[in-house]
Amino acid sequence: MDMTGEYQITAPRDVVWTALNDAEVLKACIPGCQELEKTSDTEMNAKVVLKIGPVKAKFNGEVELINIEAPASYTIQGEGSGGIAGFAKGHADVVLVEDGEGTILSFTAHANVGGKIAQLGSRLIDSTAKKLANKFFDNFHDYLSNDDSEEEEPTGQ
Amino acid sequence: MSSGIGVPVKRKEDKRFTTGKGKYTDDIRKDNQAYAAFVRSPHAHAKVKGIDASAALAMDGVIEVLDGHQLTGDGIGNIICGWAVNSKDGSPMNMGAWSALATEKVRYVGDAVAVVIAETQGLARIAAEAVEVDYEALPVIAHVMNAMTDGAVQIHENAPGNQIFDWELGDEAATDAGLAGAAHVTSIDITNNRLSPNPMEPRSAVATYDDAEEHYTLYTTSQNPHVARLVLSAFYNVAAENKLRVIAPDVGGGFGAKIYIYPEEITCLWASMKTNRSVKWTSDRAEAFITDAHGRDHVTTAKMGFDENNKIVGFKVDTVANLGAYMSLFSSSVPTYLYAPLLSGQYDIQNIHCNVRTYYTNTVPVDAYRGAGRPEATYVVERMMETAARELGMDPAELRRINFVQSFPHQTPILMAYDAGDFPKILGMAQSAADVAGFAARKAEAASRGKLRGMGYSTFIEACGLAPSKAAGSLGAGVGLWESAEVRVNPVGSIEILTGSHSHGQGHETTFAQIVADRFDIPIESVNIVHGDTDKVQFGMGTYGSRSAPVGMSAVVKAMDKVEAKVKKIAAHTLEASEDDIVIEGGEVKVAGTDKAMAWHEVGLAAYIAHNLPDGMEPGLKETAFFDPVNFSFPSGAFICEVEVDPDTGETEIIKFTAADDFGTIINPLIVDGQVHGGVTQGIGQAMLEQVIYDDDGQLLTGSYMDYTMPRAADVPSYDVSHMEDQPSPNNPLGVKGCGEAGAIGSPPAVINAITDAIGNNDLAMPATPQAVWRAIQAAKPVAAE
Repeated sequence: MDMTGEYQITAPRDVVWTALNDAEVLKACIPGCQELEKTSDTEMNAKVVLKIGPVKAKFNGEVELINIEAPASYTIQGEGSGGIAGFAKGHADVVLVEDGEGTILSFTAHANVGGKIAQLGSRLIDSTAKKLANKFFDNFHDYLSNDDSEEEEPTGQ
Repeated sequence: MSSGIGVPVKRKEDKRFTTGKGKYTDDIRKDNQAYAAFVRSPHAHAKVKGIDASAALAMDGVIEVLDGHQLTGDGIGNIICGWAVNSKDGSPMNMGAWSALATEKVRYVGDAVAVVIAETQGLARIAAEAVEVDYEALPVIAHVMNAMTDGAVQIHENAPGNQIFDWELGDEAATDAGLAGAAHVTSIDITNNRLSPNPMEPRSAVATYDDAEEHYTLYTTSQNPHVARLVLSAFYNVAAENKLRVIAPDVGGGFGAKIYIYPEEITCLWASMKTNRSVKWTSDRAEAFITDAHGRDHVTTAKMGFDENNKIVGFKVDTVANLGAYMSLFSSSVPTYLYAPLLSGQYDIQNIHCNVRTYYTNTVPVDAYRGAGRPEATYVVERMMETAARELGMDPAELRRINFVQSFPHQTPILMAYDAGDFPKILGMAQSAADVAGFAARKAEAASRGKLRGMGYSTFIEACGLAPSKAAGSLGAGVGLWESAEVRVNPVGSIEILTGSHSHGQGHETTFAQIVADRFDIPIESVNIVHGDTDKVQFGMGTYGSRSAPVGMSAVVKAMDKVEAKVKKIAAHTLEASEDDIVIEGGEVKVAGTDKAMAWHEVGLAAYIAHNLPDGMEPGLKETAFFDPVNFSFPSGAFICEVEVDPDTGETEIIKFTAADDFGTIINPLIVDGQVHGGVTQGIGQAMLEQVIYDDDGQLLTGSYMDYTMPRAADVPSYDVSHMEDQPSPNNPLGVKGCGEAGAIGSPPAVINAITDAIGNNDLAMPATPQAVWRAIQAAKPVAAE
């Protein structure tokens, strides 16, 4: 499953970059994230509850940041196991471009799922992934802007 | 006789089935029963680096978590394929090791690595989720054509290039020569889509270990409980045969998928001993999609040559078959001996050659599914005949007719000796019923409404009644394929038939009773059928391959012959007459032409009281027989499908489906019609709706009824079914040929031939969904200008 998106964030690029590297921020913004612990500067352990179609599972996984070009871009990659529900793995290339006072965040993501999630939820994965991505960036935007501005919609596919 | 042979008796068993009183494996409840849930791989191919069951074991109510190392450590044997097929160079097939619980590697999504035994089913499942398995993912082969590429990952170490065998049948040089000399050669490339069997009742097992007796009992959803016991005992070392009772109670559909002995039954038996608890496992539908053996999955190229008179001079077939991640019990026989020998179809073809290569992939094991090899063969032959007729500019029925086998017996160049049939007659029956003469007018009328009408044929033959044991053995079968029966006449004259056949929807309790009622002229209510329990019934081979009537009933007939002889002796002795003058009719055993008679039950009583039996006669009235046929039976048929396609949407409606069959003698036309209806519906499902799809990572995308489309009532027409009974099988006493698979064997090519006729494009793959049909219509548009 491949996905791209672009979001306008009303915060300077340095602030956005710092937030994108802050485990506490990520934990607050990742939908269903129950735990996110930094194990090194670039590695984290995560526990995330995900519901895809009829399958709900808690994923235990590892998240790693690579290809770091502060403050312009990185690749975030992760792999998680949801026990009998299956597994999910993927990566996203995230790019930050200054846009006046704000920042444009764009990403290209690729994800794979396996096991029961793929068996029962394959038809829902694209829409669920888009929903989760939107939710994340909504949360992220809200966190940074700390206001009630209009939700941004992703563009492109 | 109101309930004898040929009477459409309503099924005796349906009262309990239609009122919810059936007793299936999942209905069995044992004292001290625990539940199993399997920990299954979400990866299609991965190393198993470790299993951590500590969290599961810590849960209240979890009794035990067991893995493959413990299983193999206890000496439980690997799962085997019971039919040895050699490659054409003489080397044996490359059977990879298959442990009921995987140890080092998992090879398909659903491969079990551990089992949780807990107090409730829900708890077992929750605990299974808590078992942490450390996998190291490996590259995946999800599609068979990728299995043979250079550098493809090895699924089993002992199968280089993932090939299981490279097998052939027929004379290649003669076939090549025939094709070289042909006036016309037609070539086709086709796939036979992969199917999931979907019996209404999912698989289930309840295993009990009695530690005092060191004895096991297994209730299971099996088509062949004796074979299950034999294999569980002899190959999997679960228990000695005399220490294992296998019971297949009411079973809700099999379609082949319940022939095999799966990891779950083995594991439940072993776990019942390990935990000293009865262990129950029942598959849910999602689990069935990733554990029940799939069917079909062939990729084939074929060439057929014709002389200037349009007679077939050579037929060459090259097939690649996907057997999945492991070799299931009869997987090797399906794309070989149950496939290639049927490639002569109803036609007189002197030169045939078939090459079959089979491969492992990271998918669910593939084995027999209703028809088992014969649908695949029929699909190749009948799509070929229709395509050739179009290329030759001939009426497809006429091309078939001029190539039909006309005299019997007929020896094909590929093993089969056809014994009886009348192919022109049955084609004529179908053509009349389908009103072929009126088709042109119907097509024109449809065209006036903007619709495309098409008509497609399938004239097919099967080899059923599996089969002569000696022949099967010479071809590599690990078992004999006879059947057994015991006829017990009770002291009150009622009769129990113990048969090694197994009914899982076929209506044996009715049809087997009919042949007994017919023979002894007694009410069908006086006859009970006992089957499916290894402690009650003598060894038998079970039900598959449309064998219960030709083989199973024949054993009953042989046993009835012995009973009848004894009955006549007793009556002759009592009535002071000659045995030759004794007749059995109207519930009496009497001296022909006199009023001297005994009631049927009086003979039974006499046999058991034994006060006045002929000198030397043993008391009792109970006889056993085994029947081993000398040949297959050869049902045949002509199916005609008429469709209407909406060219704007590709939506296809089956307007009429005509099935004319030769099943030999018909025991119960109601049940036979039902078998045809069900089989044709499954064939229409394959042709238009069903397909198992894996993504490139080996993830099953069609794992529920949201994504795997089963045929429903609205998808099929009301069928026109007729039977020809004047060519009975010469190889069994009733002249029956078997009817269980014909519908599924014959119908897919009829449907596709009809759709391709309608849209004017032969290049259409199954399933012919609206999208596929629409695309084929678009693709044909420039071709139509040629």
